[in-house]
Amino acid sequence: MNHSVKRLRYVLKRLLQALPIVLAIVVVNFFLLHMAEGDAVDVLAGEAGSATPEYMAELRQKFGLDKPLPVQLAIYLKNVLSFDLGYSFRHEMPVSQLVLDRFVPTLLLMVSTILLAVGLGIVLGLIAAVGLNTWRDNLISVFALVTYATPLFWVGLMMIVVFSLNLGWFPTSGMENIAAFHTGWDRVWDIAHHLVLPTITLSLFYLALYTRLMRASMLEQAGMDYVTTARAKGVTERRIVFVHVLRNALLPVVTMAGVQVGALIGGSVIVESVFAWPGLGMLAFEALFARDLNLLLGIFLLSALLVVAVNLVVDIVYSLLDPRIEVS
Amino acid sequence: MTGQLLEIRDLHVALPEGSERRYAVEQVDLELAPNEILCVVGESGSGKSLTARAVMGLLPAPHVKVEKGAIRFGQEDLTRVGDARLRQIRGSEISMIFQEPMTALNPVMTIGDQIDEVFRFHARMGRKERRQKATALLDDVHLPDPAQIIGAYPHELSGGQRQRAMIAMALALDPKILIADEPTTALDVTTQAQILKLIKELQAGHDTGVLFITHDFGVVADIADRVAVMQQGRVVEAGSADKVLNAPEHPYTRDLIAAVPSLVPRAARQRSAEPVLQVQGLTKVYRSGGGFFGLGGKERKVTAAKEVALELRRGETLGIVGESGSGKSTVARCIVRLNDADEGQILLHGSDLRPLGRAAMRPFRAKIQMVFQDPFASLNPRTRVGRIIAQGPLIQGQSPAAAQDRARELLEIVGLDARAFDRYPHEFSGGQRQRIGIARALALDPEVLVADEPVSALDVSIQAQILRLLDEIRDRLSLSMIFITHDLRVAAQVCDRIAVMRYGVVVETGSTGEIFRDPQDAYTKDLLAAVPGRHWLPARQDAIA
Repeated sequence: MNHSVKRLRYVLKRLLQALPIVLAIVVVNFFLLHMAEGDAVDVLAGEAGSATPEYMAELRQKFGLDKPLPVQLAIYLKNVLSFDLGYSFRHEMPVSQLVLDRFVPTLLLMVSTILLAVGLGIVLGLIAAVGLNTWRDNLISVFALVTYATPLFWVGLMMIVVFSLNLGWFPTSGMENIAAFHTGWDRVWDIAHHLVLPTITLSLFYLALYTRLMRASMLEQAGMDYVTTARAKGVTERRIVFVHVLRNALLPVVTMAGVQVGALIGGSVIVESVFAWPGLGMLAFEALFARDLNLLLGIFLLSALLVVAVNLVVDIVYSLLDPRIEVS
Repeated sequence: MTGQLLEIRDLHVALPEGSERRYAVEQVDLELAPNEILCVVGESGSGKSLTARAVMGLLPAPHVKVEKGAIRFGQEDLTRVGDARLRQIRGSEISMIFQEPMTALNPVMTIGDQIDEVFRFHARMGRKERRQKATALLDDVHLPDPAQIIGAYPHELSGGQRQRAMIAMALALDPKILIADEPTTALDVTTQAQILKLIKELQAGHDTGVLFITHDFGVVADIADRVAVMQQGRVVEAGSADKVLNAPEHPYTRDLIAAVPSLVPRAARQRSAEPVLQVQGLTKVYRSGGGFFGLGGKERKVTAAKEVALELRRGETLGIVGESGSGKSTVARCIVRLNDADEGQILLHGSDLRPLGRAAMRPFRAKIQMVFQDPFASLNPRTRVGRIIAQGPLIQGQSPAAAQDRARELLEIVGLDARAFDRYPHEFSGGQRQRIGIARALALDPEVLVADEPVSALDVSIQAQILRLLDEIRDRLSLSMIFITHDLRVAAQVCDRIAVMRYGVVVETGSTGEIFRDPQDAYTKDLLAAVPGRHWLPARQDAIA
């Protein structure tokens, strides 16, 4: 069979496999969220200050919250299948619109973070491993250790203090300068400018992780027999590092990165709140405290889809890097 | 001496401080002439591999380095030339092949690209010309369909094919010297025979000097022109193959040769006809892939054992002989019930073990015990030896005191000091560990002992000791033993009867004497013909018995 046909089949298979997973996630989330005490009506009533039990019952009936749980689940599932994620009582907007609005900033932050963390992590790990026990290695190792141990929110705050307030290089918060009404490339540039600090903050921890992983992986591969073979062939050290060792050493890093993308969405809540980044993490946080279950479920569903998609991409990248993995 | 390709003089390779000995290689003098195969023989730790690596400048720097001595190659001293010149020599004038062709090749690079590197770094040639050359090389080493193999990754080839590709790579630029570091140790005997033949053929065709490192005297007998025997970093004896093999002078050489099991089966023993274990129609299929609405790709089935029938009689040793993938280990694991067979019967004194569940199997577990191949991996490194041995009886409900007493007793039986009881496995050598493994298996007073390649990971002198021990224990404790091996020499010396397996099928069964004297199946004949050094017999024929 042709190789690309094989790969297409593989993707198709993986997507099919993802369907029951996503469905299970929806169902589990649904029950989990309903296990918590209180609903949106409680919060609304609490905020209003005075609400009679009759009015609350009326609200519940209006929102469909008085029906038994299985019925609510069935209704929700039916709606999801027709791409209707429900209505957020809190924001008075359809959930799908809310979620999609916030999805783009999240995706932007995530992708830039991953690229920075994985890309720079690989480079730093490579430099450290090549110059083993030199000052370069020591410097990078200390840097990795320190960033690994520093809490995210503190890094974020310090970034703002140093680069925004003192130096004035970057804006303190937000995703764009709304008042400036930029369009076209100006807007892209504006967003990129706003993106710098959140990305660095969020990626530092992962950067440390990948640097250490890459360094260890390079050192491990450097001791392999095929490296001796390459040396015995008279290949230069440069080529051994960049052609033979590098590609093999990348494999564990790619695996790790794939696993951590999911965690990244969760970890971004802190960064989003520090930098007022209008992403999904912030939205989820707000939704949780407002008992806006429809919105939460929508966010979870989108996150699940995102993780499934990223894992698929990682697996395909992996199969390109390692011919031993068969896409079948 | 003139006319030599390579002269090693007074070579000292220093080990890092705090090692067991100061020099890994000490006062070594060797020379290699064109068109000559020099075999350097020795057990593990003899310094034979490091000598070879010193020639290539491939010592594991910076801890291990040449401290004294010279390696003269032409006008140059390889211990003194610069890195750039060394790189030039490597791969073009001196090249090397390694033991494990799987790990010695880069798993994510095609065979063609890996051969191409040699040309890229040593010769000025266009891309197309290099490609043509590489294809021609693969053809020279008799690989089928070179045009396809050139684009294949190492994992897509068999072990023998990979080693052929390695050889092609090493001989790409017609080097003056080929260093072969145990190039056939990881291969099956029939493949080994082919590779040895190939090395000899190519060497003769190109006047190459070959420095061949091996631990196997059979291989030496097959290919060596001259032999150097190494022990503890020193060359204890060197000379023509004929002289060293047939009239060894140094006592160590004599010991080594005496420890090589003879191919002449030992005399048949008196045996009872009472069957202990009967295996009938044992079939095991490994499945992978498949499923998922037909999108999962083709389901792969490997029939590791197909209708295997064996009979083990009281007090005898039944050998299961075969190459890798023949299913011999699968059969063993099914008998011990580590794997579940799909079909067939495993009758121990007439009761079928195969369908038994965990609980029902437990009383039978004690009756059949196993000794594993790798003495390093098969003992828990965090558990004291005494506990390793006593664990089985404890699980079977013996009192701790009784189990520990028994463990001490067993340590003595297998020839270890009782003080070993409180020590950890890593404090022992490979041979000692295998003794511990045997003691562990004996702790449950089994009737049947299944030994899966128990001596393959051991040096030849240790191997002889362990084989003697197994023999002794079998008689003393009236055990019946299933002995799995790929080594026909070993089989000849320990087995009363032999079953030969191939592709999961028993192709021939018979008494050891019959099989060696008059093999019926074509495959058995091939196996026997492939045994290295079959025309050379160690001076002493009663090596084990």
